[in-house]
Order: sequence, then structure tokens, then C-alpha cells
Amino acid sequence: MPSDVMLAAEANATPAPAVPVLQVSGLSVEYRTARGVVHALDDVSFELAPGETLGIVGESGCGKSTLARAVVRLLDPSAGTIRLGGTDITHASRRRMRAARRDLQMVLQDPAASLDPRWTVGDLLAEPLEIHGIGTRAERRARVADLLGKVGLPPEAAQRRPHEFSGGQRQRIGIARALALEPKVVVLDEPVSALDVSVQAQILNLLTDLQRTLGVSFLFIGHDLSVVEHVSDRVAVMYLGRIVELGGRDSLWRRPAHPYTRALLDAAPRIDGPSAPAGPGLAGDTPSPYDLPSGCRFHTRCPIAADRCRNEAPALRALSPGHLVACHFAE
Amino acid sequence: MSDPVSSEPVLAVDGLSIGFQTRRGLLPAVRELSFSVRSGEMLAIVGESGCGKSLTALALLGLVPPPGRVTGGTVRLEGRDLLALDEAALRRVRGARMSMIFQEPMTALNPVLTVGEQIMEAILEHEAVSRKAARERTLALLERVRIPDPERRFAEYPHRLSGGMRQRVMIAMALAGAPAVLVADEPTTALDVTIQAQILGLIDELRREQGTAVVFITHDLGVVSRYVDRVLVMYAGRKVEERDTRDLFAGPLHPYTRGLIAAQPRAGAGAAGAERERLAEIPGTVPALAAMPPGCAFAPRCPLADARCVQAVPPPRRAGSGLVACHHAGETHAL
Amino acid sequence: MALPETVSLPPARADFRDTTVGRLLRRPSALLGLILLAGILAMAAFADIAFTGDPLDMAGMPLLRPGEDAAFPLGTDMMGRDLASGIFHGARVSLLIGGVAALVSLVIGIGIGALSGYYGGRIDRALMRVTELFQTIPPFLFTLALVAILQPSIATITAAIGITSWSGLARLVRAEVLRLRNSELAQASIILGASDARIIFRHILPNALAPVIVSASILVATAILTESSLSFLGLGDPNVVSWGGMVGAGRETIRTDPHVAAIPGVAIVIAVLALNLLGDGLNDVLNTKGERR
Repeated sequence: MPSDVMLAAEANATPAPAVPVLQVSGLSVEYRTARGVVHALDDVSFELAPGETLGIVGESGCGKSTLARAVVRLLDPSAGTIRLGGTDITHASRRRMRAARRDLQMVLQDPAASLDPRWTVGDLLAEPLEIHGIGTRAERRARVADLLGKVGLPPEAAQRRPHEFSGGQRQRIGIARALALEPKVVVLDEPVSALDVSVQAQILNLLTDLQRTLGVSFLFIGHDLSVVEHVSDRVAVMYLGRIVELGGRDSLWRRPAHPYTRALLDAAPRIDGPSAPAGPGLAGDTPSPYDLPSGCRFHTRCPIAADRCRNEAPALRALSPGHLVACHFAE
Repeated sequence: MSDPVSSEPVLAVDGLSIGFQTRRGLLPAVRELSFSVRSGEMLAIVGESGCGKSLTALALLGLVPPPGRVTGGTVRLEGRDLLALDEAALRRVRGARMSMIFQEPMTALNPVLTVGEQIMEAILEHEAVSRKAARERTLALLERVRIPDPERRFAEYPHRLSGGMRQRVMIAMALAGAPAVLVADEPTTALDVTIQAQILGLIDELRREQGTAVVFITHDLGVVSRYVDRVLVMYAGRKVEERDTRDLFAGPLHPYTRGLIAAQPRAGAGAAGAERERLAEIPGTVPALAAMPPGCAFAPRCPLADARCVQAVPPPRRAGSGLVACHHAGETHAL
Repeated sequence: MALPETVSLPPARADFRDTTVGRLLRRPSALLGLILLAGILAMAAFADIAFTGDPLDMAGMPLLRPGEDAAFPLGTDMMGRDLASGIFHGARVSLLIGGVAALVSLVIGIGIGALSGYYGGRIDRALMRVTELFQTIPPFLFTLALVAILQPSIATITAAIGITSWSGLARLVRAEVLRLRNSELAQASIILGASDARIIFRHILPNALAPVIVSASILVATAILTESSLSFLGLGDPNVVSWGGMVGAGRETIRTDPHVAAIPGVAIVIAVLALNLLGDGLNDVLNTKGERR
């Protein structure tokens, strides 16, 4: 199954063989603040195939969290469309959106903040079923036990409250809650960023196993390149609200085409990687989102920027089938 | 160890123990920790949350917050035991001979003073120099930590700076007294990777050029592998392994170290279309301070644990380039 | 696929010392507040048993000092009414008016605060203007005017105090709801498809309750004070005895027989003090809940 998915992903530039479960096109989000308008997300497009994991990686201010929140309609996009299983949900009414959420769920970064401290875990896991009127009370209780088992928690956990669990165990509860409705798409917003390495490995393995058995698609948002690479079939790299490169995990990591992707890979040391950075690294800070650079947004920090980059924003184009890049000079 | 000139450590910690006073009694958080750092050396203390690494960093400067307190051991800086000093004497050491930078510089910077004023203050605190000279030194320090346009930044308030710039300011302030030891507590954890690379590059350069010894507290093994000479791994308040970095990653001796390394996602795991490799997990969780097992603290999670491990705490033993505290040290290849 | 390895749970904690009530009882000031409040409640509950007959009736010689006559341990006022009986029966009125008025103001304050904080925008602006209007008028004068227009009775006094004292609470609730509405807690519920009513009533309000409980105890104290002040000024319900009314009645003999005004005055002070001590204790206990190890 995963190999089919990978082939589908690699052939994304040609008509996708599998019908995507999620299609995002031209999505933009603007915030109006006292200091001006922030273009947090600008013309972002991608598709998510059934059973696939698409990773979204980037540094703070790149728009990855805005993207996650816009996709699940916690934020209203200013332009673009979101299609869930072929249905346009971009402007779905609250009532229609509530129905659509059975197929579109999200795991938030901090389960300590998203799980109501007053509720027992059993009630928290039964709540999505209750909201959507699924099953009788007894059936829901059975389903809760089943969900706990799926995420590796003992059935007694149902009687406990969230604060009695460790961070990793709480994230298991968050994942179980998102899976309660058997959604087709789950958006994971930095689900392991707050966890220690050994616990992080437990959660990442759990996600991999769950995807294999349930066939659910993941949109995995992260800032840690090795984590995103590990869980994803394809990865999109974002910088200042735009996707700068999108490709299959292997082609992206072996042949990064965008200078930003290269800098990102070079800057993040890993124990099995080179002992010293290959290049001098990026100078300076990410520009303010209130005052975006003209042309290519990366040109202020780019080692190969030319005049053209200052004036003309590069479009996302296919380098090879399934490998897209937004750089004038990538080849 | 190969260089006889710098073999005398600038900082030597011996038998350091730290505990929390609670209504259920004294809970030991760091136990009998010993290590030393030489000039120009970067030692990393790694471990997961709650292992006592940050508490150790604070103890080096006499900054353990109540209800925590140091319950034993010595911290010798250039031969002088800091734990025996009174607060006034400690204050003269802090910032002058040993300084510290934190994860979140905003908590350590004064929001109502300009960046320049704060660094000048740090200089004037420890040296009898004119304000003009201090100002000059401040500008030089800002330049030293690669802050562009130091004249302008001098007059700026901390909240106007980016996270990376704030950390540079913190480093400049820490360097004001030309310290022999810099303690860095997760200095890049809150920063983006490209900015992290800048800051780590800067710290690395400073210790090479000025011979500052660096005690680097981190949870990030990737960072350790690139920048650090020697690694001390802590688990549940104790040192479990201390090795030269290369040796540690080439052949970890303690099962916990081995587990930590194996739990890291690897680059390019498997070719396109291959099954995604499972990460090695360390089962279970770290024991709570109040429920520490009597023997080896890692025994409940350890695949090699036997009766001896449950009963007796393994003493640190010499092993190759360092030390390991495990009854089964060296048997990890059997895993 | 093999089932993921089951993780073990920490042992369940059921230590009474760690519960809200348990921690409240370990604070001496809060404990004193609770004891005093329990005493006042007991007085109200046993008023009819301890003192049969109408406390407004003349019972003995006028202006007896406390201890002068064993039948009237706290003495009598200038009309010969039993002060002890008045204190016991007055506790009923004070607690009734204080409690019900606080309840009225809680309902209005929570309702307006929750709507305002959750929906924001135009609803918020409109409701907050109304709230500010109520905040700008001095509450005591406002209550006084309402009672004067409506004719004093227990019902009108209670309603008037309730209607004039909710504005601070509304702002408090609004701030809490606004914070929780933008928290991951509410976002998680929205993502699950929960209705607004479910999010507000089952997740947001229960978690916003801590500061509300604290201010409720202060609200009761303030309502008791307001009722006393009204009665003192002669705008109390003439058909029942109240502490404020007793202080007012003792005003004329304050030079010769100060105990007539002082005894009900002390009762008011104790009631208000008890509620404030309790409020402070609750504040400490509820606001540190998440920070404890």
C-alpha cells in the first residue's frame, strides 16, 4: 500500500491516479492588525492522496500553522479553495462544516491545553461520537476502549483525567480523539514538538502504525526536518507564506533544488550527518511579515540571488515529475 | 588529555548533589555528579526533561531556586570552591569568571533598558572603567557577536530585536567580563534552525579564539554531534555516561544512550517506496523523583536489566575515552 | 500490525489534601471564614427555634444592657425588642438578600460576559456599552433610586442590588471567555464539530468558573453591606428585621446606649469579613491549581 502511494505522489505533476482526499488551491490568508495587513499565507496549493502523509516544514513565520488552521477552517481564507473529498468546503456554513469535520480532524501541538482538564479521558474520547450522534452510550463506551487500545493506552485510562498522564500519553489521547470519528484526513500541527526524543519516537511509530491500519491521510506540520522527513511521503518546504519546494521525501532530501531547502538541511545538524555545515549558512533574520521583500521573498538571504529575484516572484514549477520548486535558478 | 598545557581543568565539579525540599521530605534531583572542563573545551550535558541538567547548570553559578538546594559536593572554578563562597563573593564571580546564557533571553534582559546600557552595566559592575571606555567596549562586544550596525542596536530596546539578535546580546553580555567558563542552557532551543546555526557557530568560534570553556546544556543530539568535544549523558539525576563525542556516537556503552541515539529519525531511511523504518523506542517513562527505584534508575526501562541492576546503583567505571555507569556496560552490542 | 505496546499509568491519586476543599481547609484564614459563615448560617437556620415570636414585637424592658437581664443576653433596644432575637432573625434576611442578589447578578453577569466574550464583534461592542453604562453610575445611588421607586420589600431590594452589581462580573467573565475561546481547548472542540452551546456550556464556562466563584463570595458580602445601608437609611423592608435596620434604630440612643447600634454592626462586620476571608482563600487555592507539582 505505501508503495502505491509513493508512486502516486511521485507522479503528482501528471493527472493524479488516486482521487485526492484533500485539494488545496491558491489558498491565501491575511490578518488585519494594528500594524498593517499580514500576508500569512500566499497562494498555497497541494493535494493529499488517500493514505498519504504530506509534511509541511519551515521556520517560524513561514505560515505552516496558519495553513493548518485554514485547512480545518479555524481561520477563514481570503482567497483560494479547499476541497475535501471533492466537496468545496472553503465557504461551507457552520452547519455544513460541522458535518464535514467527521472526515477532517486535527491534532494540536499541546494536548495539555486542548484536553479539558475537568473531563475524564473516557468522556473526552466519547465526546466526538456524542456530538455527531454516533452509537448508544454503551456502544460509545466500547468504542472508547477500542480507541485507547489503538493508541496503546490501557482501558483504565478512561477513568483518569488528562493531568494524570505524561506528555507523550496525553498526545496519545489527543490522537485517539482525532481518530474517534474515523476521519479521512488528519492535520497534525507539530504533534511531537513538545516531547522528549524517546517519547517522540513512540508517537511517530504510533502514527506510522495507525496510518498503515486505518489508511488515513496525514498533513504533518513540523519544524524539525528529520522528524518531518521520517513520517512523510512528500514534503513541502515553506518560507514566508509560500511553498518554495515540494517533492517526494527522497528526491527532496537527496536533491534539494531551492537554496532555502539546501540551507535548512545544512543548518540542522544530525548525528548521522556531516560533522560540519557544508556552506556558510544563512545570514540575517527572516524578514518581517509586515514588510515582505519584493520578488522572491527569499532574495534578501539567498546566496545566489540576482536582479531578477528582486523584481520577479518565481512561480512553482516542476523540475521533474512530482518535484516542484519556486526558484528562477533551480535546475 | 593530549594537550599537557591545558590539562588542568578550569571548572571541576565533584560529587554535586541537588535536592528539592518538599513536605514529603528531601527529593534528590541531582546525585553525586562529577565532571570537569578545560579551557577551550565544549562539554555537553544531555538528557531528557527532568534529568537534572538545567538544575546542574544553575547550581554551577549558585542560582538554584528554592525549594531546590545544593546538598553536597564542590564546584571548583580555577581552584576556588564556589559553593563555599558567600553571596557577595559569588556575585563577583558571576559574569566575571563564569557567565550563563539562557533558553529565553527575554527573561534575562531588562525590558526598560536599552541593549547597550545593559551591556555597559555588566562591564561597570565588575571593572572600574570610565563610562566612555565601557561604551567603547560594549560596541566592540556587539560587533564581536556579529550584530550588524552596533551603534544603532546600542540604543534599541530588547523587545525590538529578533530572538536570534537577543541571544547575541545575551552572549555579548556574558562575554563582558571575559569569563573562563560560559554555561549555556539550551541557548538555541527556542530558535529556528538557520538562526540556531548562526548562534552555535558564534559560540564555537568564541571558545576557539578566546579559550572559553563551555558547558552546554541541551537535549539535541544532532547539535551535540556537530559542535561538542565531550558529552555527559544524564538520566534521572545521575551521570550514566561521559565520553568523547565521536566515541559516544560510534559506540554508546550505556543502554540509555544507545536508546536515545536509536530513537532519532535518520536521514534518507530507505529508498523511495520502501517501508518506513520504525524508530527504536525506549519503553515507558522516566521515573518520578518521589518514586526513584533503589537500584539503577534506568532498570525498569532497560532491556539488559537483571537482579543486580534492580538492587544496586552501578558506580561510574572507566571505559575507553570516558566513564559509564552500567553493570552491563559494553553489552549493548547484544541489543 | 502488532498492537502498539501498552504504556503503564501512574498510580491513581486520591489524596483529599490535594483537592480544592482539602487545600482550602489548610489555610487558617479561609478556615476561620468558613467557621464564621457556618455560625451565621446556623443562626439563620435556628432563629425560629431559639427565638419564638416576632423579633419586631416588644419583649421586655426597653434599653436593657447586655447581661442585665438573663432573658435578654444581648439586651433590648428603645422599643424593648430583643436584640439577640433580632440578630438571629436578621441573619436570615441578610443571607437571603445577599445570596439571591448575588445569584441575580451572577446570572446577568455570566450571561452578558459569555455572549460578549464568545461572539465578539458587534454583539460584544453593544453589550459592553451597556455594561459600561452600569459601571459609570455609582451602584449604591442606583440601588437607592430603584428601591425608592419600587417601594422597599425583600423582593425589590434583592432585585435592585442584583441589577446594579453585575457589571464587574460581566467584564471578568468576558475576559475569561475571550481567553478560553481562543485557546486550544475551544479550537479542539470546534474541530470536533461541537455546537456553540456545547463549547460555551460544557468547556468554556466550567473552566472560567474559578474567578467567578471567588467574586461571588465578594458579591454576597457587598450585597449584605448594601442591604444594611439601605435599611440604615430607612429603605429596608419594614416588615422584617434586618441588621442594617437595627443599626439605624440604635442611632438615636448611640450616646447613652451604644450597644443597641454596635451589636448588629458587629454582626455585619463578621459576615462581611467571613465572606472576604473565604474569597481570598478560594482565590489562592483555585488560581494555583495548575502550577502545583
